[in-house]
Amino acid sequence: MSIENDRITPLHGAGGEMMGKLLAEHVLPRLQHAAPGRIDLNAMDDGATIDLPATGELVMTTDSHVVKPIFFPGGDIGTLAAAGTLNDLAVMGARPIAVSLAVIIEEDFPIADIDRIVASFAETLESADAAVICGDTKVMGRGEIDGIAINTTALGIADPAIGDADAQPGDVVLVTGTIGDHGMALLAAREEFHLETELVSDVASVWPMIAEILPLGGIHAMKDPTRGGLAAALNEMARKSGKCFEIDEQSIPLRSEVQGLSDLLGISPLTVANEGKAVVVVSPEVADRVLTTIQAHPLGKDAAIIGTVSETYPERVVLGTEVGGRRFLDMPLGDPVPRIC
Amino acid sequence: MPRPFQLADPKRARQLADAIAILAPPTTFKIVHVCGTHEMAIAQHGLRRMLPDTVEVLEGPGCPVCVTPTADIDAAVQIAEQGAILCTFGDMTRVPGTRLTLEGARSKGCDIRVVLSISEAEKLAHKTDRDVVFFAVGFETTTPMTAAVLLDDPPPNFSVLVSHKKIPEAMGVLLGLPGTNIGAYLAPGHVSTILGLGPYQEHLARFNIPVVVGGFEPLDILYAIALILRQVRDGKGFAENGYPRAVADEGNVAAQALIEMVFQSAEVGWRGIGNIPDSGMVLRSKFERFDARKRFDVKGETGDEKIPGCRCADVLTARAVPADCPLFGTRCTPLSPIGPCMVGTEGACSIWFRYGGRELP
Repeated sequence: MSIENDRITPLHGAGGEMMGKLLAEHVLPRLQHAAPGRIDLNAMDDGATIDLPATGELVMTTDSHVVKPIFFPGGDIGTLAAAGTLNDLAVMGARPIAVSLAVIIEEDFPIADIDRIVASFAETLESADAAVICGDTKVMGRGEIDGIAINTTALGIADPAIGDADAQPGDVVLVTGTIGDHGMALLAAREEFHLETELVSDVASVWPMIAEILPLGGIHAMKDPTRGGLAAALNEMARKSGKCFEIDEQSIPLRSEVQGLSDLLGISPLTVANEGKAVVVVSPEVADRVLTTIQAHPLGKDAAIIGTVSETYPERVVLGTEVGGRRFLDMPLGDPVPRIC
Repeated sequence: MPRPFQLADPKRARQLADAIAILAPPTTFKIVHVCGTHEMAIAQHGLRRMLPDTVEVLEGPGCPVCVTPTADIDAAVQIAEQGAILCTFGDMTRVPGTRLTLEGARSKGCDIRVVLSISEAEKLAHKTDRDVVFFAVGFETTTPMTAAVLLDDPPPNFSVLVSHKKIPEAMGVLLGLPGTNIGAYLAPGHVSTILGLGPYQEHLARFNIPVVVGGFEPLDILYAIALILRQVRDGKGFAENGYPRAVADEGNVAAQALIEMVFQSAEVGWRGIGNIPDSGMVLRSKFERFDARKRFDVKGETGDEKIPGCRCADVLTARAVPADCPLFGTRCTPLSPIGPCMVGTEGACSIWFRYGGRELP
């Protein structure tokens, strides 16, 4: 059997010398963050350990990532895998302490691409000060998987954890920045639309920004508006809390490129994914301080208050439109398909 | 965040809404538009909430995908079954035919490709020896593009399955149907950029109702509604241009000439309405060689257009709104559509579902 040096082969997933070499040369050197326990990633043991914190709650989350294209404007599947999982912890109010990294790769995948993906993953973890403590590599045959899939599980500590169900009447709803960047950047990058834009994904770990608002208190609920976009996040929070979210369309921060693409493709920016944003529901007394704190952070300079929580239409989201009309903003159905005729 | 182009300016919108409230008749008055893009704008911007209770705005036969009859879907399926590459807009693949949807035909091995324009299909024909057929649906806005491609010497393996329709003829027929009670038309801006006001005058003048061409920004639509209600107040009913920044009264003469060179009018079927004289397009004999119906063996299938419980026919003729249909939002959703008005993204049911149109907060 001939083994090409620059491509993934089934042997890379076979647990032997080849896999050890791949990990030692292309993966481990990039994942040298301070470990939270006695037995760490470098030990290559059957598992890793975490020293238990004295106070707080442990929060655990897991997420599998597939994305097309694998490398997109503003990031790649590595950035996305790290940010996606860390952001799930962040919006629970949890500081990340340990992350797992499991990768399934298609035979013939370029090793140079693995290097790029691991580098992006590591860089994103660094911004949140989290360490990979265990991992797994599998290789599947050609056509058995589309390129690469990544699963990450993360553990964090919250004191206490913040859910997404506790919005109170009178609360203020804010978003930490422009909406729809990730989803629209990926749609624009799909070749069938023949579009050229400067738009890049917002993919980033929001933990450093969230860490600064937690001490202010008064945060009743948070959510990261990923799949289904802002519309899905708001609807979920409204349903779980049994409250009405009244949103002012004009206050929602949107890049003009996103607005333009939205008009062109007939897809609402409120229904496409964000990968570096959070929706924060806070009591009115602290709303301004939370807003200015977020705005002072580089990731949050476009943050804005977009609405309030009431009891007018329980479990529903009402959108006051830009022009002065009103409508319900419902849970989006699924993946948006561009308008055609 | 405000748009650069201030056609959603809340202050001006409020002024128009106030004018509409003053002009509104005391009893229910029904305005029908015939354009999915109008419905999208109305629903998306929550404009119905800005209108008085007596002013109703409904979508009629405004979605080209929705009004395409079963027979045309059947023809497309048969052509694909005979081995051609059939190119179509994405929505069309899910519209029910007698035996199959185009999606169904694809899963049986037919080569169905989704394209965004006729040019994409024509380009494909250059790259293959196989027959490439474009399923040409759409109103007068898309007809000139089909004409332009056919005039530009396409390769011999390229042909079109023509299902183009003429909207003013259908608007006229709708007024004569029982139970439509249409008080006025908000005429489509896109189509009118091509047609101008002439065809509305020709087909609708005898009905003496207001027909006002409207654009697609929120202020355009409110303005057109205000113009309609002003005509009503003054006891008038004529074709008026409420979208002069895009529409010339005489229309786009060059595009009209393209249509005229390639097509002639013919009686065609509309889903939900039936056959309408002169409301469709067929290729002139000079362009017969590009007619897929002649190139392939297309047989009539005896399809039952009626889907039990589905009220698409009433929605397409503005005799019902989507929420009146018992299937709407329950068994029929954009994810598993039953009727064509839920299939087409420009269909009233699909738009109401996606933009929370069924109730107003």
